[in-house]
Amino acid sequence: MSIRVEEVSKRFSTYPALAGVSLEIVDGEFVALLGPSGSGKTTLLRIIAGLDFPDSGVIRFGDRDVTDDPAAKRGIGFVFQHYALFGHMSVARNIAFGLDILPRRARPARAEIEARVDELLKLVQLEGYGERYPAQLSGGQRQRVALARALARNPRFLLLDEPFGALDTKVRRELRDALRIIHDEIGLTSIFVTHDHEEAFALADRVAILNAGRIEQFAAPAEILERPASPFVTSFVA
Amino acid sequence: MSRRSPLQESKAVKWLLIGVAFLYIALILLLPLGTVFYEALRGGVATWMEAVTESNARSAITLTLLVAAIAVPLNVAFGLAAAWAITKHDFRFKPLLLTLIDLPFSVSPVVSGLIYVLLFGAQGWFGSTLQDRGIEIIFAVPGIVLATIFVTFPFVARELIPLMTEQGKSDEEAALSLGASGWQTFWHVTLPNIRWGLLYGVLLANARAMGEFGAVSVVSGHIRGETNTMPLHIEVLYNEYNFAAAFAVASLLAVLALVTLVLKSILEWRHRGAIAARGH
Repeated sequence: MSIRVEEVSKRFSTYPALAGVSLEIVDGEFVALLGPSGSGKTTLLRIIAGLDFPDSGVIRFGDRDVTDDPAAKRGIGFVFQHYALFGHMSVARNIAFGLDILPRRARPARAEIEARVDELLKLVQLEGYGERYPAQLSGGQRQRVALARALARNPRFLLLDEPFGALDTKVRRELRDALRIIHDEIGLTSIFVTHDHEEAFALADRVAILNAGRIEQFAAPAEILERPASPFVTSFVA
Repeated sequence: MSRRSPLQESKAVKWLLIGVAFLYIALILLLPLGTVFYEALRGGVATWMEAVTESNARSAITLTLLVAAIAVPLNVAFGLAAAWAITKHDFRFKPLLLTLIDLPFSVSPVVSGLIYVLLFGAQGWFGSTLQDRGIEIIFAVPGIVLATIFVTFPFVARELIPLMTEQGKSDEEAALSLGASGWQTFWHVTLPNIRWGLLYGVLLANARAMGEFGAVSVVSGHIRGETNTMPLHIEVLYNEYNFAAAFAVASLLAVLALVTLVLKSILEWRHRGAIAARGH
């Protein structure tokens, strides 16, 4: 399903975080929101997720206007920079959370939920870790659990906020590759936020470069490198 | 033994400081507490039993437990709601709400009691209205409950606000992004995250609710067997030079407070694994 962002603006008390941003992401695409801190990239992602709401502008999923829908109703999977795993639940219960809380008539049977958890653990290469607790895992493993949890309800989109930001270089690379493989396997429209242009270019089909609440350029990595749209883009990707 | 840490003083200083701390605690806390129990039991167990089972004492004990049983749950509900609102949402007047929550800490308990007398007393604002309808608040149980709620209401909220601020919003946001309703998020994510802070707040509020003297004294009217709580009953006995009975009831009140402390320690010990796994 496609995502359309139309003239979205958002102001935080003093400064504008987003000043009229428009963006169209096609079905199955893997997009990076790239920019320095304070450029508005995380705000844009959170508005798409329904964790923040724009002052003006429209968000559409397909043809549907979802601007006022809360996060719980948008059918998204969200991965946080610091994992946000539930510390009092085992890995399996974390992953199953989205299914466990469904109303009884919509909830899959117990055995089905457990099968789904096993399937997701396998997908993120953490088979046999279901009974552990988040505190017993490394940072990279935690982020894999967070990814599995976000995928549990078959979301329409996967949104990731600096998913590798808290990890060291080696783990970061492994997880990056794993994420690309998972994306290609499921074909899920995905957006991730990063401030690292190498990461964005290595992973994404198209990269949106943000600066001061505006999109400077939105194009495939090769095109950005060949034909940077502004002096800011030139210096930022140098 | 590991080697000295850079922050560590020499052995002599260390033991001196520890010694001073213990001596201070012994003199200021343990000695008076010990005296209460010593005086309470000096006349023998039979005298003690008589003092705490006599009808006025029994009614004071019942009233104290009743007041705590009403005030503490109400303040848990309020404290949770206030802490939730303040830490998980942004709204105007937040600093004002924070200041108001602290009000009972800065106002003398006697003043807290007087407020209710001025509002609901015979000469108070709503006094005649209430009297016409035969509703008694001052010099009756409702007044005591109100005064107790007033003095204990910051405890739960104050315990939770720093904890929930530190934990941030991302766990809740994660739950919402996974399709949870506000209530499911609170029940499955927020509450488990704050249960230890909540428990501690409840114990503090409970200890204060059972022990409050000043505010309750103003609104109670000191009617024996009816509106005397344990602290008030102790004062009456003491003023009557009935020291043995006064200390007996005082020792029971102290035991109630100690029970909550022991309860907390037991819970902390039993769930030490879970607490350590949480990382704080």
